[in-house]
Amino acid sequence: MSALLDVRGLRKSFGTTEILRGIDFSVAARELVFIIGPSGSGKSTMLRCCNRLEEPTAGQVIVDGVDLMAPGIDINAMRRQIGMVFQAFNLYPHMTALGNVTLALRKVLGKSRDEAEAIGRAALDRVGLKEKAPSYPSELSGGQQQRVAIARALALEPKIMLFDEPTSALDPELVGAVLGVMRDLKASGMTMVVVSHEMRFARDAADRIVFMAEGQILEQGTPAEIFGNPQLPRTRDFVGELSR
Amino acid sequence: MTGLERFQDAFLKPELIARYWPDILSGVAVTLQIAVAVVITGLALGLVLAVIRSYRSRLANAPIIVFVDMFRALPPLVAILIVYFGLPNLGINISGFAVLWLVLSLVLAAFAEEIFWSGIVSVRKGQWEAARSTGLSHWQTMTSVILPQAIRICVPPLTNRTIAVTKNTALGTVIGVGEIMNEGTSAMSLSGNATPLMMAAVAYILIFVPVVALGSWIERRFAWKRA
Ligand SMILES: Nc1ncnc2c1ncn2[C@@H]1O[C@H](COP(=O)(O)OP(=O)(O)OP(=O)(O)O)[C@@H](O)[C@H]1O
Ligand SMILES: [Mg+2]
Repeated sequence: MSALLDVRGLRKSFGTTEILRGIDFSVAARELVFIIGPSGSGKSTMLRCCNRLEEPTAGQVIVDGVDLMAPGIDINAMRRQIGMVFQAFNLYPHMTALGNVTLALRKVLGKSRDEAEAIGRAALDRVGLKEKAPSYPSELSGGQQQRVAIARALALEPKIMLFDEPTSALDPELVGAVLGVMRDLKASGMTMVVVSHEMRFARDAADRIVFMAEGQILEQGTPAEIFGNPQLPRTRDFVGELSR
Repeated sequence: MTGLERFQDAFLKPELIARYWPDILSGVAVTLQIAVAVVITGLALGLVLAVIRSYRSRLANAPIIVFVDMFRALPPLVAILIVYFGLPNLGINISGFAVLWLVLSLVLAAFAEEIFWSGIVSVRKGQWEAARSTGLSHWQTMTSVILPQAIRICVPPLTNRTIAVTKNTALGTVIGVGEIMNEGTSAMSLSGNATPLMMAAVAYILIFVPVVALGSWIERRFAWKRA
């Protein structure tokens, strides 16, 4: 099974502080990998290096066989194949839900307005928000905004989707719908990397859990292994902390 | 003579109004032409500079910052006189009209660049990240996502600054441009009465009140629904 995402020897420094200290990690097609770890351990930085929103200091990021760090790479063309969902949703406030979802379809893929809107409506339908197409972000709940953000990424038919704490900014009662959408995505065969502390979701949806601390991957395994029988004391402490 | 009559005699003498309104009107035409030209080139240049600055190239940014700081610091009158009396010595002859347009455009561009730039940086970083993560280029992100949000914030300060700079068209009087102020002061010296200046004042008000109204209209146009 060849990896859809392959990260090799990834390092990232901000100034003189090394935040990522040699990360090797790969994700197979259709796999859902969960990344957990203490605050400041570099989870977001690692995720953001995977589409070069953050410029790695060293190492390789290979997506579907293409090295993102290769000179002359068309990074914009690669990024549209890598969906990203943010903790803060980051919807465009001056556009409707449909406008948010269709912008890249029109600007990047060069689709006509009609074509883009058809695809956009289908994407909104997938996240259960077809009827919210004409609504502005300010008229939507946090959970709905995050689902529109997922639709925005989904509309481009990415090969892989990266989620950075997609539910952390949501009121507890709104988390379920977003996780439901992610579950559907998983069922439809999407390859996903999720930074999150939603343990219940990790337990029953993730194929693999990766535990990071201080810019390194300390331990990884199935949910049963990581939650049930962690090898390292660090992992045990962290998992114990989470499940309390 | 009543007080009202004396006031009218000093500031609003009917026969002087009748005699000089064509001059004032031709001044209005000149002022309007310069003002419109200055607003267009000044705002456009300011926007272009701010967008260039967003690429954060040190090579391009240093001259932009020098230009902006210089023209914000320099009194427009000084720049106008230097250009008007200096350029002919270099063998370049341009009209007073052109000098006024050029200098005021640069002054407006300097202020507008700062305003556009502060609008651009006030848009949250997540907006850039979301757009870039879907494959939009820097330019596409700027034009579709950042500027529509930034300009909305910029409209009130831009309106104020635009009005302040275009009012400096009155400085044309020192280099012989036949704008409102020049026509007004010539007529005043000829007639020995302040009536032409009052006419000039009324003309300025008639020109700039609609500009203020236009500014708030644009402000409303750029507003979008938000909680
Ligand atoms: N742009 C930046 N400049 C300097 N330091 C940064 C920058 N971005 C992140 N860092 C630092 O890198 C470290 C890792 O940050 P990162 O956001 O990746 O952690 P995280 O694991 O996602 O944490 P959290 O769980 O709190 O989101 C932190 O110490 C942070 O302060
Ligand atoms: Mg983070």
